Amino acid sequence: MARVLVGVKRVVDYAVKIRVKPDKTGVATEGIKHSMNPFDEIAVEEAVQMKEKKLASEIVAVSVGPAQSQEVIRTALAMGADRGIHVDVSGAEYDLLQPLHVSKILAKLAQEEKIDLIIVGKQAIDDDSNQTAQMTAALLDWPQGTFCSKIEKTGDGFTITREIDGGLETIKTKSPAVLSADLRLNTPRYATLPNIMKAKKKPIKKVTPKDLGVDTAARIEIVSVNDPPVRQAGAILPDVDALIGKLKEGGHVK
Amino acid sequence: MFSQAPKPLSRVFSQLHRFQSTLVIAEHNNNTLTPITRNAITAAKAIGGDVSVLVAGKKCGAISEALSKVEGVTKVLVAEKDAFNGLTPESLTPLVVALQNQFKYSHIVAGASAFGKNVIPRIAAKLDVSPISEVTEVKSADTFVRTIYAGNAVLTLKAKDPIKILTIRGTNFEAAKDGGSAAIEQCPDGDYNTNLSEFVSQELTKSDRPELTSAKVIISGGRGLKSGDNFKLLYDLADKFGAAVGASRAAVDAGYVPNDLQIGQTGKIVAPDLYIAVGISGAIQHLAGMKDSKTIVAINKDPEAPIFQVADHGLVADLFKAVPELTEKL
Repeated sequence: MARVLVGVKRVVDYAVKIRVKPDKTGVATEGIKHSMNPFDEIAVEEAVQMKEKKLASEIVAVSVGPAQSQEVIRTALAMGADRGIHVDVSGAEYDLLQPLHVSKILAKLAQEEKIDLIIVGKQAIDDDSNQTAQMTAALLDWPQGTFCSKIEKTGDGFTITREIDGGLETIKTKSPAVLSADLRLNTPRYATLPNIMKAKKKPIKKVTPKDLGVDTAARIEIVSVNDPPVRQAGAILPDVDALIGKLKEGGHVK
Repeated sequence: MFSQAPKPLSRVFSQLHRFQSTLVIAEHNNNTLTPITRNAITAAKAIGGDVSVLVAGKKCGAISEALSKVEGVTKVLVAEKDAFNGLTPESLTPLVVALQNQFKYSHIVAGASAFGKNVIPRIAAKLDVSPISEVTEVKSADTFVRTIYAGNAVLTLKAKDPIKILTIRGTNFEAAKDGGSAAIEQCPDGDYNTNLSEFVSQELTKSDRPELTSAKVIISGGRGLKSGDNFKLLYDLADKFGAAVGASRAAVDAGYVPNDLQIGQTGKIVAPDLYIAVGISGAIQHLAGMKDSKTIVAINKDPEAPIFQVADHGLVADLFKAVPELTEKL
């Protein structure tokens, strides 16, 4: 049975309309509702389903970030993860933390914890990078199954259905592997109140990148963060004929 | 004396500029080149310096011929091997790392398609470089623009790593045209077989319509369509424009259409000349995928739908009446 590591990120809630800071250094995050990255919820759900099918023995939920990241670890524990690891990174170091740094942390933890399977979301909805699974796999020299919409345990590895541009693709990977969850992999469960209470008793270990021997030196410099160009508000047209008129004006129809 | 200072400085800069050399990783299906590769070549040209293109695969002949004629390409490197069946990142990464060690590129670039997103970060990690995803603009050889938070903020960043590894957003760069004559060379030989992963099969959605990410006109449907059968209304309208048909996540999740039609933060990013959103409310995640379209038309019965805030032309109407009427009158 596999020992599974799931990566969970605390991000600004997907329904929040974000605001760029007036000094153009970033996006305002203080006092704003945060929650678990939606793709990571799917990753946790998949791990929990594997445990329910007796394919996984233990699920370790890891989050890299400031103290509040423990909230998303608690959520993962309430969904069914067994224990948590909080890798403490905050302030300016966190602002410039890249998926490469997180991948190095996950790879190191995977080795220390003798993990056989890592599942993460395909991308975080804040930085929209879509890199962590791929880079963690590279660092461990494990196969990668990205954008998974179906994961099956077959033989000595996995058979994975992936979402690609033209449709779907099936690949086989050996185990151990790193997989990334796409939206259609599953529907995450809600944590029930009794499970939320139980999750409070589950252990969360706190470590730092330094403890793990991971260098988090900045790889990028933020030049500026700006609002996207604002589209000019258009007009509401009275009927289909007016719309056809506008399409003709724009040269879209003859 | 001081007035002369800028001159030598700019000369130094232009020399540095000349030393840029970019490797573009071509995406193809053994028969045809995926169009986003041409957009990636344009981004590579914007960086400056030489542009080499790597064609790896089971069959590379036609693709490398086609690429050698693309304007701005200096060299086409070919690696034709069964090991590259299905273009798995586990087989391609050691090849690109070997090329990097030999040719010392300053930049490695691919289109931000499912292929590019899958392979580029693996290469970057092997080279200990922090990659930059979905670049929308090249400011200079080390300064790039990309969007974050589902397109609601624009980040300009300077990459500090010695090698810059990027995926580029296809809709933000023109497709490179034909008009070049590059040399075709074989990649140095190597064993790229991997037992880590194996390509099994692909099930591609069959369609006579233009490919979604390069279509000039897109008609897109959402939850308001109410069923998969009703998408026929959109296909009929699309025929009038020679348009591609897309969908919101709600329509995909409801099973109306396959997921590869999904437009948005988690689906495809499109920027056609004309985008007609039918029965789509306009959630942040959907807007992330289409708000760079030149003209946006929204047809929705809810006047409060957020889609009307980005639409150039809005029609508050029942789509089941308005769409057939539009199709008929065009």
